Order: sequence, then structure tokens, then C-alpha cells
Amino acid sequence: MTGTPAAMDKRVTFKGLWLPLLLVLPQIVITAVFFFYPAGQAIWQSLYIPDPFGLSMKFVGLGNFEYLLGDPYYRASFLTTAVFSVLVTVVSMGVALWLAVLADRLIKGSGTYRTLLIWPYAVAPAVAGVLWLFMFNTRVGVVTWYLGVLGYDWNHVLNDNEAMGLVVIASAWGRISYNFLFFLAGLQSIPRSVIEAAAIDGARFWTRFRTIVFPLLSPTTFFLLVVNVVYAFFETFGVIHTITSGGPQQATTILVYKVYADGFVGQDLGSSAAQSVILLAIVSVLTIIQFRFVERRVHY
Amino acid sequence: MTKIISAAVLTAVAGTATPSFAETEVQFWHAFTGRLGELVDEQVASFNDSQDAYTVTATHKGNYSETLNAGIAAFRAGEQPHVLMVFEVGTATMMAAEGAVRPVHEVMAGGEFDPEAFIGAVKGYYTTTEGEMLSMPFNSSTPVLWVNRDKLEGAGIDPDTEMTTWDQVGEVLTQLKDAGVDCPMTTAWQSWIHLENLSAYHNVPFASQENGFAGADATLELNGPAQVKHISTLGEWAQDGKFIYTGRRNEGGANFRGGECALFTESSAGYAGIKAEADFAFDVRPLPYWEGAGDAPQNTIIGGASLWVMEGHDEADYDGVAAFLNFLSSPEIQAKWHQDTGYLPITSAAAELTREQGFYEENPGTDVAVAQMTANEPTANSKGIRLGYFDQIRTVIDEELEAVWAGDKEAQAALDSAKERGDQLLRRFEQSTR
Amino acid sequence: MTGRDALAAETPPVKAPGADHDGMVERRGAGLWLTHLGLIVGLLFIFFPIWLAFVASTISQPEIARPPMPLLPGDQFIENYTRALTSGINAPVALMLGNSLVMALGIAFGKIAISLLSAFAIVYFRFPGRQLFFWLIFLTLMLPVEVRIVPTYEVVAGFGMLNSYSGLIFPLIASATATFLFRQFFMTVPDELAEAARVDGARPMRFFFDILLPMSRTNIAALFVILFIYGWNQYLWPLLITTDPSMNTIVMGIKQMFPSGDDIADWPVIMATSILAMIPPVIVVVGMQRLFIRGLVESEK
Repeated sequence: MTGTPAAMDKRVTFKGLWLPLLLVLPQIVITAVFFFYPAGQAIWQSLYIPDPFGLSMKFVGLGNFEYLLGDPYYRASFLTTAVFSVLVTVVSMGVALWLAVLADRLIKGSGTYRTLLIWPYAVAPAVAGVLWLFMFNTRVGVVTWYLGVLGYDWNHVLNDNEAMGLVVIASAWGRISYNFLFFLAGLQSIPRSVIEAAAIDGARFWTRFRTIVFPLLSPTTFFLLVVNVVYAFFETFGVIHTITSGGPQQATTILVYKVYADGFVGQDLGSSAAQSVILLAIVSVLTIIQFRFVERRVHY
Repeated sequence: MTKIISAAVLTAVAGTATPSFAETEVQFWHAFTGRLGELVDEQVASFNDSQDAYTVTATHKGNYSETLNAGIAAFRAGEQPHVLMVFEVGTATMMAAEGAVRPVHEVMAGGEFDPEAFIGAVKGYYTTTEGEMLSMPFNSSTPVLWVNRDKLEGAGIDPDTEMTTWDQVGEVLTQLKDAGVDCPMTTAWQSWIHLENLSAYHNVPFASQENGFAGADATLELNGPAQVKHISTLGEWAQDGKFIYTGRRNEGGANFRGGECALFTESSAGYAGIKAEADFAFDVRPLPYWEGAGDAPQNTIIGGASLWVMEGHDEADYDGVAAFLNFLSSPEIQAKWHQDTGYLPITSAAAELTREQGFYEENPGTDVAVAQMTANEPTANSKGIRLGYFDQIRTVIDEELEAVWAGDKEAQAALDSAKERGDQLLRRFEQSTR
Repeated sequence: MTGRDALAAETPPVKAPGADHDGMVERRGAGLWLTHLGLIVGLLFIFFPIWLAFVASTISQPEIARPPMPLLPGDQFIENYTRALTSGINAPVALMLGNSLVMALGIAFGKIAISLLSAFAIVYFRFPGRQLFFWLIFLTLMLPVEVRIVPTYEVVAGFGMLNSYSGLIFPLIASATATFLFRQFFMTVPDELAEAARVDGARPMRFFFDILLPMSRTNIAALFVILFIYGWNQYLWPLLITTDPSMNTIVMGIKQMFPSGDDIADWPVIMATSILAMIPPVIVVVGMQRLFIRGLVESEK
């Protein structure tokens, strides 16, 4: 699995030329038409400043990239994205690990907890955004109101830390289920004898966890790390869009949101296309990392 | 058997024949939901009932930005509607799209359409410097000051106290704060009210080149002394808890309608919602101004949307479009719209009709917006704003203002930065249209 | 899915908790209670937003507009849900639910079908261009639709597929994640099976349908769940390409319900719609959780 992912081949194969071509045809056609052609278009468009209606195009070479990289707000968006991704990953994995360790301690009932904890996985990021926005709405939000009673004045439309906190929690919330399932499976695959040996040695729970369990979990942890970062990068659009629209100032404008905001709200398609290309490069790097270090794992 | 066949043929022929009697369909995309959406649907239904030649199909396409995007994307795909609602901010984008839009004066040519029937300040926003109307004004509003009278009284303030100038407002805010009111004042649409309208109202430029009307090479001039004075005062009020910021759009409306805030700067079109939800006595005041700054009070400018006619349909369809636009601008329809929503009556005839119907007497204050906007003949600084990528520029302004409200930046620095960033966007827009 | 899968769901997963493993068991008295307490706190965190949305969908607008809203359900359940299901804002929610269902099922079945076929081809055949094909699908692995959305829109419009189910479905099955996954699985299938089939003179498709497909059941089920959720939860794409309200999907529909201009948010209906929007995917995930978890964890490990 090092190098090319196609390194491994079946020894036994069927004969035929037209059948296999026919079998891959649907995928080839759909992928070419709806994936490669549009992706190529995005690259080509990044060299132009088109007018919004597609009536004229002005060739600017790498002008769009120069403009972007010279824009402190675009550079800041990288930092925002990094902070956001790290926080989402840490929060969702931390909570999930904690719950998984607890559920793993149970002999009976862990299935029930699992059934209940799996719910948020089914909730769309955009819907999750609506739910959390409703709780923290500065006007009608219940949590906001009770915080107010406690003397804390919650206002995520003005306070960038609160805004970041809110989008992080809403994004992490939907992700806990997924991480929980993997951690629980990882924990349950650790042989009992290993733990018991340590217990006999008199190691306390926390020591056992730190010295034995967590190291044994590290393949799962690393896999989840990559997958969650990718999630935070690309799939949290709905959360940001519904809760903050990237504000206040640009405190929650992550890269994917900026592609949308500049291209679809701002009508600056040249800049948006250039940002797509930059994202494309980031995606490629992440894919390579995933396949270099996380063998054989496919992410959704 | 033959009978059956001929019957089938007959049906088929009848089937193909029907379309020639069918009504021409006119597609209309708009941005209204809720009460406003229902009112639009009512207008469309009554147009469809009023004649047999055309059927208008109205579709809601999301908020203003989303509707514009949907229209643009659809045009690129050859799927554009006949009539597209575009908010005032998108005006320059649409104007630059020669070949994508058909100016309203062309659509209406030959009919009995009279551009002079529209109120000057409304018409001006959507008309070229040569006087050609490009899009049809539809829903137009202007910012006013909404007052929760009960809240003032509760704080021991005479609810009729004068709040013509921001100095007077400042005093009221101090009293409210001292009386323990949590939200003395909030606002909606900060850039529109506290910079764009502020500039027009004080007759100072928001951008060069007559606010962009005279050329695409305009630069922002929103960091002048009048604007800085206003924003820095608001910034101080925000720090003192006298001005509560609730969001970039009209989020503050919920706080005001819920009875939390005493004062609220918002569009006159907030009327429908406030009337429906507020269980306190409220009234409408003209937008305050700074005495001695610029030529205040000049006139305020409009916000809202206009209807653009898209190219690329059968010529015959445009007769339907013209009929629909004529219908929408008729005094009866406009008067009803104005009374139901608080949007401005966009024609003088509609205003006249509303007055005759006794609406202003029954609903005191509803004419404040009209009076304020038509007080003076608009100048180069107060007929409107026409800038490319204006939606993005507003976002820049929102960001910079948020920095002021949060106490991160001084007003001057924030507005200087807004100018610098906005000018960059203007230059990019210039490139895209050249 | 089929009855056979339902049967499979009855059989215990490979590593049933407690069977050969006690985890880090410390289950005496207070420890046990603390464990439950910890999990319940976690559950509260998970469920509080959903509970609140449910409560909001059963009370009236004024109760929400004047905080704090109650924390227990009110008596407006029928009214709010009827209003949402039948009138909605643009299109009745019932119609949007139907559209979402078609879209999610179309994406799930469509992608599983084309991926199974092409994975079968690249694992069990040698044909010209196989390497190239493999690299092409590898390239598509992670690029989200948001990044190539403008040109994709133009392609779809060019085919006249705006406002159609095919326009909603095809661009979202145009990536090869599932192909990759099935390839991984087919590689683990013992060679002897194919060998035996070949010796018996079975034709390739026969082998595919009789042997490979039944063996892939768990993977297919897991993928079905993942893809159903993926399809159901799409947001930006349907927002762009459905210009006809009768084609709106429910997740984008919720966003459409937020007021745009100088209007007010109808929270009870918005929340009722949110609850309705999460019921079908929750049923799918919870109902198929055994297969889903096994397929997910095994295939990604």
C-alpha cells in the first residue's frame, strides 16, 4: 500500500475486454461529465475575471492569486480555518473518547447508549446550525436567557470568541457520534488480558488508560484526526452559513465559506475560482497524507 | 376501430391546439417570505385574474442575495426568469450586464407608462444619468426611528420628547441607561442606515463620481468627518451599553418588537412586523441627524428592491411583462402595498390615494418616511448609491463597524480601512466589466 | 434493504461487548453509577438541542418571542406540524420530504450500483486503461462539490437538468469513494472463490451476482446508510439548482424559511420542519445501526 494504491493485484482474473469496459462505463461517463470537466473549468476560470453573467471574460493570468495572497483577510482565513478545525477535532474527539471509555466500562446497556448517541450523525450540518442558533439566539435563545440570569451577556454577533465557540460546538456536536463509534470499536478490540495484566500490577484506571489503552488506540485516533480535519474544512459550510455567515468581522470565515461568500454572494467569480484551486491543492495534500499515513482508509 | 382512431386523432389535435389559447407564462422571482410573500402572491393572483392573456408565476428564491445569485446563475444556464427582483445593492451589477437585462424604459416603450409618475427619490436610484429608467421600483423603504413609548414612560421620560437630532437622542439614551433599561437603542441594516443614509441625509458624499452614478471609477469617501463623528459616537454608546448591536441584517427587530429595546433605527417597512407583534405603544419619528454637520436634513435614500427584466425570451412574452409591471405600478396596488407593509408609495398617485383613503389620519406616523424622503430635491449625494460589488462592500463595512462596536478599533481607523478594502473591490469590479 | 439484511442485523456483531472482553471494567457500586452518570450527562448534551427544537415546535410564536420559552412541550403540536406539512413557506414540507427521499435514495442506490460494477471490473479483469482509470477515480476521492460548483451548475443546466431529480443526483454520485471501498473489500475476497467459479465455467456476471454481491452485503448496507445521510443532508447544491419550489428539498427548505427582508421568523414552523427533516435519516441510521456500524468500522479500519 505504499506508493500507488493499485500496487496489489488479484492473481485470479476473468477474461474479457468489452465486459469490463462496459462495467466501468457508467462511472467513467458520470465522473467525466460531472467531475473532471467542471473541475477543469474551475482551474481555467481562475485565470480570468469574468463578469457575473458570463458575458465577458478578462484574462488576468495569475492576477487572481496575487490579489488573494496579498489580501490580509484571505491569509487570516487560513488561520481561522486552522483554529476552527483544531477546535472542532479536539472537542468532538475528546467528548467522543470520554463517552466511549465510559460505555466500554459497561457490560449491559452500552448498546442502548450507542443507539441514542448515534442520532446526531443523522442531523444535517445546516439543521444542526439552526438548532444551536436557536438555543443561543441573542433575542429568543433559551441558553442566552439563562446565561443572562447568571450575569453573563452572550452576544455571538459581536464577540468573535463566542461566535467561534458556537460554530465549533455546533460542528463538533454532529461529529461526536461518528468518533464515538470508532473509539468504542477500538476500545472493544483491545484484548481483556492486556488490561487485566496491568490491573494485577496494581495500575490505577488513569495510569492504565494513559500507558496501555491510549497507545493501543492510536491508529484509530490518527485516522479520526485526519477525517475530522477534513470534515471541519469542507463539511461545516451549513453550520457557518446558518449561524454566523462568517462574522463577526471575519472571525468565523473559513476557507470554504469564503469561496461561497466571494463567488456567490459577492459575484467575484475570478477570485472564487482561484480560491477553489487553492482548496483543491489543500485537498490533494490531505489526500496524500491520508494515504501515506493512514493505510487503506477511505473517508466520506 | 376507425372511430376510435379518429377520436384519438381528434384528441391529439385538440391537445396540440390548446397551447395556442394558453396564456403566456411570465416568471417572476422574488425574495419575500412570510407576510410579505403572501402579499406578493396576492398581487400576482389579482393580476392573473384581471386578464386572460398572461399568467405570472411567482417564485421565492431565498433572501435578496440568494435571489440575485439564482437569477445570475440561471441566466448563465439560459434558464432565467422574465422578471427578477434585485435589491438596491445589486443595481450596479445589473446595470453592467448589458445583454442580460432589458431596460424597463425599452420594455414599456409604446405603452402609456409614465416614468414621471414615480417619486423622484425612488426613481432616481434606478435611472441613468440620461434619465432612462432601467428597472421598475417595487418595494422601497427608508430608515426611520421607531420608539417604544411605554419604555420611555417607564424610564420616566416624556414619550413625546424631541429626538430630532442625535444629540437629543444621546440625552434620552443616557436617561434610559440610568433608569436601568438593558437595551436603550438597537439598529437594523447598519451600513445602509448609519453610513449610506447618514451621508445622503447630511448631503456629504458616500463615494466619488456622484456616489458612483457618474462613472465606474468611483472611490469610497465614507471616511469623512460627518461619518466619523457619527460612528465614533455610536461606538461610545456601544461601549456604554446604550447602543446594543444585534446583527448585520434586521435581527434587532425581534428585540424591539419583543419590547426589550426603547429605540430602533430600521426601515419604514418594519411597520408590518411591529404592528403585528408589538404589545406596547410605539410611534415613528424621522431619522435623527447631527446639527451643524453637512446640510442636514437633506433627504434620506431608499433601500429595498426593484424589478429587472431579463433578456432572452420570446418577444411576445415582453408584452406580458409590460402588462404585469403596469399593473404593479398602478395606484390601487401600490397604495395597498404601502398601507400593508410600510414600504413607500412609489408613485405620487399612490401616495395621493392613500391620503384620500384617510390612512395617514388613522395611522399617525406612517407618512413620516414619505415626508423625510421627499423633503428636498435630491442632490448628487442623496439620489442613491451605485457601486459594483456593493454587497461585498457592505460586508466589509459590516466587519469594520463590528470592530468599532466591539471596541477593537477607532471609528476613523475602521472607516479608513473600509475605504481601502472597498476601493480594492471597486477596482476589481471595474476590471470585470471592461 | 432486503429481508436477508434484516436477518443479518439479528446476528450479533463480531465483537459483542462483554463477550470476550470487559474493556476497562471497574463496575462495582459507585463506579458503575458514576459511569452511568457520565453517559447520561453526555446524552443530555447530545439531546438538549433536539429536545429544545421539539418543544419549540409545540408552542406558539409569542411564547418563543418572549423569553425564556418553556422547557416542556406545549399544546400547539398539531397546529404547527399541520401548518408545516401542508403549507410550509414555498412548498409544503410533505412535498419537500418526498423530494429529499427521492434524492437520498437515488444517490445511495445510484452510487452503490455504479461503484460495485466498476470495482468488480478493476479487481477481476485486466483491461487496457485500467491503471489510468484507477488513478482517475483516486483523484476524485475528496474534492467536495462546493469547490467546483459554478461549472457543475453550468453542465447540469446545459443538459436541461435544473429542477429535476437527475440534476440533484448525478453530480453527487460523480466521485469514486465507494468504488475505492468496494475495491478494498473485493481484494480481501479469497481467490479460491473466483478460481472455483472459473473452473465451473461460470460467467463473470454470474460470479458477481451469486457470490460477490451476497458477500458484500454488510459493506453495501453501511454504504447505503452513509450515502443516504450524505444525500439527505445536501444543502448548497439543491439550493442552487432547484428554481421550482416543487423540487425543493427539506434541508434547504429550512434555510428558505428564515425571513429575508423586514419580516419575522416563524420559529414554531421552522422548528417543526427541523424535526421533520431529521426523522427519516435518524430512522435509517438507528434502524440499520448494526450493519452500519460493522460495515463502517470494518471497512475504514
